[in-house]
Amino acid sequence: MLDEPKQPLVRVDNLKMHFPIFGGLLRRRIGQVKAVDGISFDIIEGETLGLVGESGCGKSTVGRSVLRLYEVTDGTVTIDGRDIAHAPPEELRQMRTQMQMIFQDPQASLNPRMKVSEIIAEPLREHHAGTAAERRQRVLELMDQVGLNRDFANRYPHEFSGGQRQRIGIARALALNPKFIVCDEPIAALDVSIQAQVVNLLEELQNELGLTYLFISHDLSMVRHIADRVAVMYLGRIVELAPRDALYDDPLHPYTKALLSAVPEPDPAIEEKVERIILTGDVPSPSNPPQGCNFCTRCPAVMDICKRDEPEFREVQPSRFVACHHFNDIT
Amino acid sequence: MPDGPAPVQEPVLDVRSLKTVFKTRSGEVHAVNDVSFNVRPGELLGVVGESGSGKSVTMMSLIGLLPSPPADIRGGQVLFDGNDLLATDAETLRKVRGGRIGFVFQDPMTSLNPVFNVGFQIMEPLRRHMGMTKAQARIRACELLELVGIPDASRRLKDYPHQFSGGMRQRVMIAIALACDPKVLIADEPTTALDVTIQAQIIELVKDLREKLGMAIIWITHDLGVIAGIADRVMVMYAGQVVEQAPTRELFGNPQHPYTRALLDTIPTVRGARPEKLNVIQGQPPILGAAPSACPFRERCAYRFERCNRENPVRIPAGPGHDAACFYDFNTGGPRGA
Repeated sequence: MLDEPKQPLVRVDNLKMHFPIFGGLLRRRIGQVKAVDGISFDIIEGETLGLVGESGCGKSTVGRSVLRLYEVTDGTVTIDGRDIAHAPPEELRQMRTQMQMIFQDPQASLNPRMKVSEIIAEPLREHHAGTAAERRQRVLELMDQVGLNRDFANRYPHEFSGGQRQRIGIARALALNPKFIVCDEPIAALDVSIQAQVVNLLEELQNELGLTYLFISHDLSMVRHIADRVAVMYLGRIVELAPRDALYDDPLHPYTKALLSAVPEPDPAIEEKVERIILTGDVPSPSNPPQGCNFCTRCPAVMDICKRDEPEFREVQPSRFVACHHFNDIT
Repeated sequence: MPDGPAPVQEPVLDVRSLKTVFKTRSGEVHAVNDVSFNVRPGELLGVVGESGSGKSVTMMSLIGLLPSPPADIRGGQVLFDGNDLLATDAETLRKVRGGRIGFVFQDPMTSLNPVFNVGFQIMEPLRRHMGMTKAQARIRACELLELVGIPDASRRLKDYPHQFSGGMRQRVMIAIALACDPKVLIADEPTTALDVTIQAQIIELVKDLREKLGMAIIWITHDLGVIAGIADRVMVMYAGQVVEQAPTRELFGNPQHPYTRALLDTIPTVRGARPEKLNVIQGQPPILGAAPSACPFRERCAYRFERCNRENPVRIPAGPGHDAACFYDFNTGGPRGA
């Protein structure tokens, strides 16, 4: 898909994740939520792909499907040359060591009855890595690596602050030396002054260990900071995918434009000059998406064709992909 | 955007030396320490702080919304309409609350009652505080929904909260808060639970309503970006105290407290230059086990010196309408007043 010299580590092709809706007296299937509806992207080794969008657009579902925490409806996900979406259970289990996840809520994703050392060691135990003594040593190394005090290894999660808890989650994700980590809103639950600490840690770890991230977030300014390329999702589809600077300096898709213009600016002098595109209405339901382009109900630049035909997701400039009829005449 | 303290008017709400303490099993938590501020008619005061900085507890205290125990208001005055709200009886307070002072909470799903339709919930304060009949209240409720930009208002009165989207629910909350024509509207993180495009809609709505209705608004948020766009004046809270207060442009252009400076330095933006590495405020906010005897920010502060460990600085004037609780003077690059 991309003419990059480096090989993509993760390759997602036409991924679909539909959830059935059951209803009625007999709990029959009466419809489906098209949470993710045919998306394709690559993540190159060592890069961070930012995935942004508003709540309900399907970005978290993408993250979970890519790691096969859901059985995908259709499409393929290839990580390091192996198709994970259709791998048999035992093979999948072996592949799991290569890919990990960091969750949004460090409170909910850590077992309150386990000590920090047990939490971090759990993936090692689960995958029979090393002897007990080696595992203990590895846990301490990991704690150093993420900036947790070794002396706290025997404490419980509730004794830590939000930012430290997120560090525990990061240490656990790193335990098996993964290549690829899905970060699902890793800083959304943290305070502003703590967010920067965690983001810097993620960047340092990436440089040290050569990690590849899929960074899912609704925080456009933080994604601008951490991502190399950015994909923008709307209602189950990627509407625009571009290198970071290109996307933020010159957004092409009308939704990306509106989304970026809506972000408040923490500088009154600049804030005054921002031209806001205020979108009217709300995101349609993914169980009943509009005909044609998914964004046609709110798009300020809507045309007749948008209400009829679905726009194709195509490369309109080198390494810039957009799904919009406005770019169809450009080759 | 109007800037600075425009015409000098008597404050409509004046809070003086408010102190709130929570009694818990593991000891006391001094959530609000000696907080003083005021807001003038028609002014939009932004209150910024991280979670646990005491911004919500301050607002809940002044309107008597905290259950006691565990909360204990240890001191201070809240002057509103010639009354001290902290000294007044429960009945008067009940009349003020939801009447002359309106409240909008963060999460519109949990603050609307799911078993009553929206019309009932808007009409409730109208009938209770304004003594309207059901028919009068219905007409007014309809007007209010139109005012906050909900289309097809008369039909939507019969709908239940779950039939509204997040942004629409927050509009309903605003309509309820505006029902009795409040003098002061307190909005506690009103857009935090919303998406950015919906947040932009709500911010436009509030700007518009303020022009139309001319009430004072206190807008609590952790998002400096939101504040930059709407506030006339900003108050920064940290560890239960007001550490800095200034007109919006002055605060962003010439911050005088190290915490405000650090906060402005850490946040990334979607416009302008992109730093290679984010600046970090090391450490974490303190645990407020006792009334502070030293500067609560000292352990994270790059400018601290010996005096900061001994004394808790009070707010010192740092310019017109601007004060900061810090011993360090950024203009001279040394201790203040030394």
